[in-house]
Amino acid sequence: TCFFFSFFKTLVGHTIIVELKNDLIIEGVLHAVDQYLNLKLRNISVHDEDKYPHMISVKNCFIRGSVVRYVQIPKDHVDVPLLQDSARLEAKQLKEASKH
Amino acid sequence: MADTLGTTVEEPLDLIRLSLDERIFVKLRGDRELRGKLHAYDQHLNMILGDVTETHTVVEIDEETFEEIVKPVKREIDMLFVRGDSVILVAPPIRT
Repeated sequence: TCFFFSFFKTLVGHTIIVELKNDLIIEGVLHAVDQYLNLKLRNISVHDEDKYPHMISVKNCFIRGSVVRYVQIPKDHVDVPLLQDSARLEAKQLKEASKH
Repeated sequence: MADTLGTTVEEPLDLIRLSLDERIFVKLRGDRELRGKLHAYDQHLNMILGDVTETHTVVEIDEETFEEIVKPVKREIDMLFVRGDSVILVAPPIRT
């Protein structure tokens, strides 16, 4: 029941692009993640900095999981068949758990 | 119904399970739609989609005529995590 938490842990140390619900787009290295999918990013850069100058001097940030819309991840990081099988397994386990 | 392989379809989430490795259509809040291949999901409808096209429908207002101009803006992303709380619906691809 913490499928994406585990998935994000595999992304620690990698560069990701986080799109927030307020349309802000932040690129940075994933430093930490928790069960709520809160994120800590390091060495961030804001896409379209001219439009969003609020974070020009910010190097590291904490992002509340609930404000995230998307996270763009490197395609080659993902083992597609493994991910799909893990999702199937997770769904099955959740169903078994809810039955008993 | 025997459920040795978890293949029986009983609840809505099971229908999504059937769509793994298939292309799907996702309607999101904020007048956004995604089309991509479903690689993973959970009970919150958090998802990972591959080879995604996002279509974001924007309404512009002409300064002079004040008419509303509705136009779709497309974006392509190789691999995308989508947070479930934005999701409105999930379906097989709709042909428009």
